[in-house]
Amino acid sequence: MSGKHINLTLKVWRQKGPKDHGSLVEYQAKNVSEDASFLEMVDSVNEELISKGDEPIAFDHDCREGICGSCGFVIDGEAHGPLKSTTVCQLHMRNFSDGATLTIEPFRAKSFPVIKDLMVDRSAFDRIISAGGFISVNNGNAVDANAVLIPKTDADEAMSSATCIGCGACVAACKNASAALFTSAKISHMALLPQGQVERKERALNMVAAMDAQGFGSCTTTGACEAACPKEIQLTNISRMNREYFAATATKRPKHKDGGAG
Amino acid sequence: MSIFLGSTVGKKFLMGITGLIWAGFVLAHMAGNLLIFFSNDAYNSYGHALTSGNIIYIAETVLILALLIHVGTAVLLTRANRQAKGSAYVVVSQGKKKATLASRTMAVQGSMVLAFIILHIITFKYGTYYETNVHGIVMRDLAKLISEVFSEPGYVAWYVVCLVLLGFHLSHGVGSTFQSLGLMEGTYRNLWKKLSCVYAIIVALGFISQPLYIFLSAH
Ligand code: HEM
Ligand code: FES
Repeated sequence: MSGKHINLTLKVWRQKGPKDHGSLVEYQAKNVSEDASFLEMVDSVNEELISKGDEPIAFDHDCREGICGSCGFVIDGEAHGPLKSTTVCQLHMRNFSDGATLTIEPFRAKSFPVIKDLMVDRSAFDRIISAGGFISVNNGNAVDANAVLIPKTDADEAMSSATCIGCGACVAACKNASAALFTSAKISHMALLPQGQVERKERALNMVAAMDAQGFGSCTTTGACEAACPKEIQLTNISRMNREYFAATATKRPKHKDGGAG
Repeated sequence: MSIFLGSTVGKKFLMGITGLIWAGFVLAHMAGNLLIFFSNDAYNSYGHALTSGNIIYIAETVLILALLIHVGTAVLLTRANRQAKGSAYVVVSQGKKKATLASRTMAVQGSMVLAFIILHIITFKYGTYYETNVHGIVMRDLAKLISEVFSEPGYVAWYVVCLVLLGFHLSHGVGSTFQSLGLMEGTYRNLWKKLSCVYAIIVALGFISQPLYIFLSAH
């Protein structure tokens, strides 16, 4: 790999553990290839820290292909950095200019407590999913694909909603730390498909209850979530979630309230 | 019902409905007041007609209840939202992912609008009672009161600032209501947003034109 190289000043949030206060610490990232990803750049800063006997900067990552939803932190106030529709693992250093100073912070939300440095605990999302983000009724054997009739527009929309990777950038970007975009993407995805119909109302009730019980805020429609979303999940999902919830509360009582217990 | 109102989704529904009631009222109030551009008599007769029937009591009750619910829910939600965020970022987004100023400052705008509404009612509804005679009917001379109040530059300035804030509140609020009520569908999405801005500009400019007109014609 040839290409240009740049030098950066990083101000990174260092926090020893959940109880620690944490603060910004300055590092120099020298001779960074423009072809490197942001995570690779942090890797090389970490190599240097390790060789000096210092603690490396802890951050979440897994696939590094933008599909798993593990990575995510905030660069200069923007979740996953300055590029739209991009996870931080797919963000390349050519998007930054030589000599820039970047402030790197963890996703901030009461329901996403910091584990260490840039790593946060996003298990609150798992608890929202376990309240109803699945289909538990038996759908029988797999039938011929064309035997289940789904309008193309519904299939497309369900697919768009299903692309959510659960990274949490929506919560991180929201001034209210609202999980409405995440929850609504899951509710929409299944409300639009025939397999999701049986548990449709229960799902809306229980997932909204779980979202509230996990301590996330409400939606003010600022659109910050949509702008930060690496998968371009649309704000209209939230509108659909609201509709689903109205219909469900008007016509059905929840059978079990495990969703609300959190 | 209690499940619904206990949820964030239900509370936003309440905010939206009560906000829309007021949004309808401010548009009508602004439009009616434009009569001041025609004549003092027309303006006074309009006020007289509005306050003579019993409908005024129903309208006032609905508006006061809606405002109490709107403000009460706003306080609950804003507090919960601040708690949910916990801590703030050291650096605030300035790039492509930044949210609009109007959407980030709804609580501040709302608080100013509340202060404005209260002072506004004290100044006008409970202000000096002048009388006039229009075609043989004795009625309150509100035109005289407003020309007195709006000859003071301080009051005009306060009025203009608050109405600009109301404009911001409406520009984001009315559009957001469609989302809260579950009506923000794909193709309509941008239409609602644009209509909301156009509506807010009409209301704010319509209101602001009146004190400015009175102030400028008095000086
Ligand atoms: C003329 C008076 C007012 C009108 C027409 C109005 C209208 C609206 C509308 C339409 C919304 C959007 C609701 C939604 O997103 O569903 C809204 C939101 C809001 N209003 Fe008002 N409002 C008024 C007065 C106030 C006052 C007096 C306060 C507070 C003291 C206030 C605080 C808020 C807040 C904080 C929100 C945002 C809530 C959220 O999205 O979380 N408003 N308003
Ligand atoms: S590491 Fe998997 S999405 Fe970034």
